Amino acid sequence: MDIRLDGITHAYDDFEVLRDISLDIASGQIVCIVGPSGCGKSTLLRFIGGLERPNAGRVLQIGAPPPDSLNPLTYIFQDFALLPWRTVAGNISLVLEDHGIRNAAAQEIIADVLARTKLSDFSGALPKQLSGGMKQRVAIARALAVRPAVMLMDEPLSALDAQTRELLMDDLVDLWTRQPFTAVYVTHNLAEAVRLGHKVVVLSRRPGQIREIVSIDTPLGERAFGDAELDRHQKHLWQLMRDEARAADAELIHG
Amino acid sequence: MADTTTSQGAAHSDSRAVAFRGGGFAPRPRRWVGALVFVVLILVAEWGTRAGWISALTLPKPTDVLETFRELYESGMLFRHLGPSLSRLVVGAAIGASIGISVGVLIGLFSYIRSGLVPLVAAIFPIPKIALLPLFVIWFGIGEGSKYALIAFGTFTPTVVATYGAVDNVDRTLIRMGQSFGLSWWSIVRKIVLPGAMPGILSGLRISLAIAIILLVAAEMLGAEYGIGAYILEAGSLYDLERLFAGVVILSLLGVTVSTVIGAIERRLLNWRS
Repeated sequence: MDIRLDGITHAYDDFEVLRDISLDIASGQIVCIVGPSGCGKSTLLRFIGGLERPNAGRVLQIGAPPPDSLNPLTYIFQDFALLPWRTVAGNISLVLEDHGIRNAAAQEIIADVLARTKLSDFSGALPKQLSGGMKQRVAIARALAVRPAVMLMDEPLSALDAQTRELLMDDLVDLWTRQPFTAVYVTHNLAEAVRLGHKVVVLSRRPGQIREIVSIDTPLGERAFGDAELDRHQKHLWQLMRDEARAADAELIHG
Repeated sequence: MADTTTSQGAAHSDSRAVAFRGGGFAPRPRRWVGALVFVVLILVAEWGTRAGWISALTLPKPTDVLETFRELYESGMLFRHLGPSLSRLVVGAAIGASIGISVGVLIGLFSYIRSGLVPLVAAIFPIPKIALLPLFVIWFGIGEGSKYALIAFGTFTPTVVATYGAVDNVDRTLIRMGQSFGLSWWSIVRKIVLPGAMPGILSGLRISLAIAIILLVAAEMLGAEYGIGAYILEAGSLYDLERLFAGVVILSLLGVTVSTVIGAIERRLLNWRS
């Protein structure tokens, strides 16, 4: 299943945040969206998953999602959004219960996704007992449990420290290499973007418009820390973003 | 490096330890301190009444109160009073709290219900429910009905206010998460909104149930033969201070019990809080 954004424009009251965004997200690819803060990148992600409606333009699904997909458009949030009163296994079972998956069938899925995110030993733990990195892995496990067609990741690593972020990026690359998934990955971190993105979409400052789409051809598995090619891409992205970021930083925060 | 170790040993004349100015603002439970306060107060009262610097008209002797209490227990009258009171309290508070929680959740979830009912709740909250007692008697009769209604009405308003405040405070990102995974509306309410509001609802219940105990006495002012409230009022009109205090002690114990039970429920239901 592909996703197509067609002329998305949005304003909160008379405050324009996004202008005429058109973009294709191909199946099996990770598309990173980067841009200065306040450029509307998280808003764009909420449009893609149907949590908010744009003033103009359409988000289209092209082709049917795989038949076994329970929740084709699945988010991973920056602040994890785990229910603190449910255990790790309970948080995953939450998203299965509404699909009538319980008991043995649910246990099987939970065991599988916990194994894939290396959390098998923690299924009975409460979120308060977990570190930030573990919490985000639980959230990733929960997303995998509903077999999404497209993962919508809203700055998933931004609440984590630098070391944990590196480890989780490796985990994401591993997951993708074993079973390629489609993802839209919003971040303000260019290192994450060049590490995980097949395409990097650079948005301008508010109102967000697409400035450039950079394709990175190095396969995900071969992108090592400090790769010269990646560095070149990252420098290029930073040049695109620097002036936008500086101008965005000098603006008053609205709303 | 060697330099620093030597200078550490040889204290300079103008060196001193940095004064500690952190700590505090983190009260922790200290066992038995609460009980100790009760014991000290009772001992002071006992000493005062025995020594005579507290006159018998001001305060009854704690040992006399205890004796009255023992008589009450041995004559079997304690449970004849306690039984009806407890059933009034349980039925009235259960009706009030359950309707209060339901209405509070509805106010927390729906714009029209919120706009319609919040002013109404604000209007009935400050009415002393005791003042409405005659009205309740007309509506629900002189029997148990009016007593249940009074207690239910009194617990209802604080429960509503606490509940919709608690629902307002449920983390919206969790609700968005539920929506993003395609959970049904009812699932979101049951599995996200209600558990998320539980801390606020329970702390509201602490207040509501204390109010229920206060109203219990008021409810028994009218046409109750048995009940702690009836017992206290009868003793009060006879200026029988020992019996009055024995009754008051029972109400206090009831309050402490309710608070302990809610504490236990909180520990059990809210062990997920960090």
